[in-house]
Amino acid sequence: MTGDDMYRYLIKRILLIVPTLFGAATLVFFLMRLIPGDICVIRLGSGGTSFTEQALSECHAALGLDRPLWLQFIHFIWGFCRLDLGTSMWSGRPVAYEIATRFPVSLEIAVFATVIAVIIAIPLGTISALKQNSWTDLAVRTFAIAGIATPSFWIGIVSLLAVLNLTQYFFGQPWMPPINYVSVWQHPLRSMSIVILPAVTVGYRYSAVVMRMTRSAMLEVLREDYIRTARAKGLVNRIIVNRHGLKNAMLPVVTVIGIEFAFLIGGLVVTETVFNLNGIGRLLVQAIGNQDYTLTQGIVMLIVTIFVLTNLVVDVLYAWLDPRIRFA
Amino acid sequence: MPLLDVVDLHAEFRTGLGRVPAVNGVSFTVDRGETVAIVGESGSGKSASALSLLRLIPDPPGRITGGRILFDGRDLLQLSEAEMRQVRGGDIGMVFQEPMTSLNPVLTIGRQITETLEQHRGADRTGAERRAIELLSLVGIADPGRRLKQYPHQLSGGMRQRIMIAIAIACDPKLIIADEPTTALDVTIQAQILELMKDLTRRLGAALIIITHNLGVVARYANRVNVMYAGRIVESGPAAAVYRRPRHPYTMALLRSVPRIDRPRQSRLDPILGQPPDLTRVDDGCAFRPRCRFAIAACARRRPTLMAGREAGHLAACLRQDEIALGAEMAL
Repeated sequence: MTGDDMYRYLIKRILLIVPTLFGAATLVFFLMRLIPGDICVIRLGSGGTSFTEQALSECHAALGLDRPLWLQFIHFIWGFCRLDLGTSMWSGRPVAYEIATRFPVSLEIAVFATVIAVIIAIPLGTISALKQNSWTDLAVRTFAIAGIATPSFWIGIVSLLAVLNLTQYFFGQPWMPPINYVSVWQHPLRSMSIVILPAVTVGYRYSAVVMRMTRSAMLEVLREDYIRTARAKGLVNRIIVNRHGLKNAMLPVVTVIGIEFAFLIGGLVVTETVFNLNGIGRLLVQAIGNQDYTLTQGIVMLIVTIFVLTNLVVDVLYAWLDPRIRFA
Repeated sequence: MPLLDVVDLHAEFRTGLGRVPAVNGVSFTVDRGETVAIVGESGSGKSASALSLLRLIPDPPGRITGGRILFDGRDLLQLSEAEMRQVRGGDIGMVFQEPMTSLNPVLTIGRQITETLEQHRGADRTGAERRAIELLSLVGIADPGRRLKQYPHQLSGGMRQRIMIAIAIACDPKLIIADEPTTALDVTIQAQILELMKDLTRRLGAALIIITHNLGVVARYANRVNVMYAGRIVESGPAAAVYRRPRHPYTMALLRSVPRIDRPRQSRLDPILGQPPDLTRVDDGCAFRPRCRFAIAACARRRPTLMAGREAGHLAACLRQDEIALGAEMAL
């Protein structure tokens, strides 16, 4: 890969991020304001107390909701440009702080789930394709279909119950993973023990999706002429599959991995609820429920940014995998 | 002893419509250094025969069901998969039809050549690269050092076929099998590629099996020719004899259906009427008889085997070959 081509390709991809982010910002800003309800009504009226018109307008003024919409919009966009997400309308704390306390656990689950999924899915998908229509293939495909068909909250509950019962049985007292999150950097083991069950739970479904994609991509590639050429060269099977097959089959697989990873950040509301973890998914649902515009905007922009960056990584991987894209 | 002696080779494809006997008792020989053509229309079993030689028929759905492939005294059908790998790309090189899709798009040209050398010669990276540069010059590619680092999509079709040839000859094979090597190329490039192959086989002392539907290729490059129809060889002999004095109606029809520079321009081309036969339902008679203008009642009763005519080594599978050969001579 010549550095120059790659450089130009990267610049192109990075420049495309700006309009994407702007579009997402516009959408989330206006869509939030289309949802009926008012954070001040919720705040003042919580607990069933009555409040005056004056209190309401004071609250609006304090939160900046009395300003014209376009001014609020410019304020939000300008803030985002300076990486300032403002303060939460509900808690009054900086949005960045709110996110920072909830984001690590979600990120950790997503990363572990991805690692688990990739480790399981790519070898199994490849074997499944190589032994198409065999018992192995059938077993792998059944495993995959089950992963897609089973809701992750059910797997979560069952795996929790299993851990409880098994520890009860073997050690005499039940053990449950701790709930209060600690970062991997502080207590690696403790952090892993919190995250591993949810990661396996979502990783199973994730691996099923990736496995099916690997299998079908591999099946397609194995029929290509260049695989026949590789066989005609007398190469051993391992080289044919790894060097000639997998590298070609990885393109669609990398896409699926990217999309799923980005989804896991912020898309894990149910799993976080089952395992009682304070992740970004639950925070987003709370923020929307409270009509907390600034917090919602902040979280959505974070998720969008992760999506965009994941896509960028996928694009770079594409170029690395396929010279036809690199030199286009 | 010939270099390659194919005896009664059978191969079939299992499809939803039943078993298709694509190769049906094919026998032929190739001597050292000789160029042998296998000619036939699409579906005649010529490519299936070629792939069978290296046991490269995709299984499933394909399968070699019988026969012997004696190469240098060893029956390739009896070899283990590991021994077969030594033959593929080592003793026998193969060039495929589609240079566009036969090279791996995500690997450099250099890698695709060196991996063959590493596999068969145990060459190290630098030795293999040096040899790859040699090979590229040998197949007439300018600036080989730069080309090695390029990818297939950066090369033209003709150049890619040259790369395929370089891969095929990398380990000094005794035999090269070229499956329609020029079909996907421009006419001007076709001639270059064929000349190159002819030249290289002569220099390397390798034998060449060239699979083609192009009779012009046969006339110019082959020593001997085998004409295939419906999975069988129907005529076999020295190229000049088959070309000038065909003994099988199918060969004659093939010759009449292509433009020839040695005939008057006004003469009309004469296509072969009808469709190639459905191999799932062949009967005991001659497979060509529905399309044959010389067919008689006896043709339906038994299938003619390859029989020698007046010339030594010129065989045809036709009941009326002597009459037909005589008539053809008179017509010419």
